[in-house]
Amino acid sequence: MTIVDPKTERPDQADLDKAADRPEDADQWTAKIRTAAVDALPPQKLLPDRQPAYVASWIYVFGVATVAALIVVIGTGLVLAVFGPNWWHVSPTGLFVNSLHLWSVEVFMFSMVIHLWGKFFMAAWRGKRKATWITGVVSFLVTVGAAFTGYLSQQNFDSQWISTQAKDGINSTGAGAIFNVTNFGQMIMWHIVLLPLCIVVIVGIHVLMVRLRGVVTPFPAKGESPGGDSGTPVATGAEVRA
Amino acid sequence: MSADVPTRTARRFKVDRDAVAWKGRYEPYDLAKEFLIAFVVVCILVGGLAVIFGSPDDTPVTLKSWSTADAVGFASTTATELDGTSGTGTYGPPYNLNGTTAGKLGPINPATWLGVHHPIDTANDYVLGPLSTLPNQPAVQAAVGEYKSATADQQATWTTAYEKAVADAKFTNGKLIVPAGDYGPVAAIVAAETAMARSGALDGALLSSRQFYGTDYTKPLLFIADGDYFASLGAAQHLSGDQWGMMNETGSYPGQAWLWLYTLWYQVGPIGSSDNADIMVFSIMIILTALLALLPFIPGLRSIPRWTRLYRLIWRQHYREVEQEAGNPSGSPPLRTTGDATVPVPA
Repeated sequence: MTIVDPKTERPDQADLDKAADRPEDADQWTAKIRTAAVDALPPQKLLPDRQPAYVASWIYVFGVATVAALIVVIGTGLVLAVFGPNWWHVSPTGLFVNSLHLWSVEVFMFSMVIHLWGKFFMAAWRGKRKATWITGVVSFLVTVGAAFTGYLSQQNFDSQWISTQAKDGINSTGAGAIFNVTNFGQMIMWHIVLLPLCIVVIVGIHVLMVRLRGVVTPFPAKGESPGGDSGTPVATGAEVRA
Repeated sequence: MSADVPTRTARRFKVDRDAVAWKGRYEPYDLAKEFLIAFVVVCILVGGLAVIFGSPDDTPVTLKSWSTADAVGFASTTATELDGTSGTGTYGPPYNLNGTTAGKLGPINPATWLGVHHPIDTANDYVLGPLSTLPNQPAVQAAVGEYKSATADQQATWTTAYEKAVADAKFTNGKLIVPAGDYGPVAAIVAAETAMARSGALDGALLSSRQFYGTDYTKPLLFIADGDYFASLGAAQHLSGDQWGMMNETGSYPGQAWLWLYTLWYQVGPIGSSDNADIMVFSIMIILTALLALLPFIPGLRSIPRWTRLYRLIWRQHYREVEQEAGNPSGSPPLRTTGDATVPVPA
């Protein structure tokens, strides 16, 4: 078996494919994980080029817009992180980047809320999509926390006001002992490390679950039997195999 | 559209829980292109909003700026910090054990569960401690010593008298003028504290960290929040609790509009005016959040989308096609199964 192509000096893909599917390696954890992942989300399902005909509404755009805005939020946040928390207070360029960060958050939250309401009115949890719904709600909550800690990390009057107002609510739950909203150092670490990490992970899981289960089908039309020709209603999970 | 494939887990179809299998047609849908277009539109939108509106950056309040702008108010608050009757002094956990400002639900008081984690003794941390660090001020040190060595009753007598008198105080020619009275060393202590704050030295002295680098502003922030000056600035910027509070931002910016439901409860009379408003609002929000997350499991709530029928607006094209098909069963069916991507998968 030729593992390295002498012309390109790179591994030959065909040989790698053969090497990857050897029966004697089937018990490997790596092989099992790869097989399970490809079975669950084959490339055509992960990045489909066709969608059911009912996916024809502007409401579907807001999910993609939310992810697009999240990338702008992270990108502008990275620029602010590179120059440090004081930069935007003293530099016109920094202030503009902060403005981009602020408005990308507003667009992100707006898109996400529209997406959430849209999915609510579609009852998008139907057909074994409950976990998709829950991860969506959790990602909304985490982003509210991320935006909140962002406001606390601004080092201006807004931060002072919001932290001194919010402390009472947080303290009432007992969480104030651990999560001190008046501690700038703690809040900025939550804002730029912990919560973004959570958001990326949860949103990633959410998007994968959407791809796994597909887009929820419409409610049956009036007079239309959900069971089709047989007239026997049947509960189903994933509707299609892409 | 049908779900006529028998499944291993065949169970009664519930329209608000289950979805039918799609056997209709599939249309080309370029996700990557859609994403790129969305990204460009978002960039243009964000860039435009940033250029037109910018972002707020109001200067923070410092103990120096407060005591300079409102020396009498600062002195008045300092007196309450000295005798422990300020908002922070009577707060309770996690700052001290002197109150239950955060409120409780009947016998349940979560604020106390983890105890004091950010200890603040307002007399020592805000007043006596910082003044003790002043060099070459024997009169101030003597006043501090006299106050510390007095009995609690004597201290209370002095501070109570001073707090009544300071309401009529004036600040003239760099000095705090308080009507004459028996305040013991309190007048000298408050005057020295005011002078220290106006010099800017108190801001540095109150940073919680004992190291060179500090990022914890809990102590100075709570001191500032105890005064009326800070509250008046917030009210002027429409930020008070009865003005939908912290969901707003300085200026005319949208702020954290997504916190509207949280802030709403503070506008509801019996809740907003309750001593236990904070824990009540948080409890309500925890319950509502749990309901939202677990909505797919809750009969009744999960039926709301079907009852409101807004889904027909979202899928109006689909329902139009279904109705056309029903009205013209012998014609060309708009719903046709094409390609190999329409195989229902059993649950």
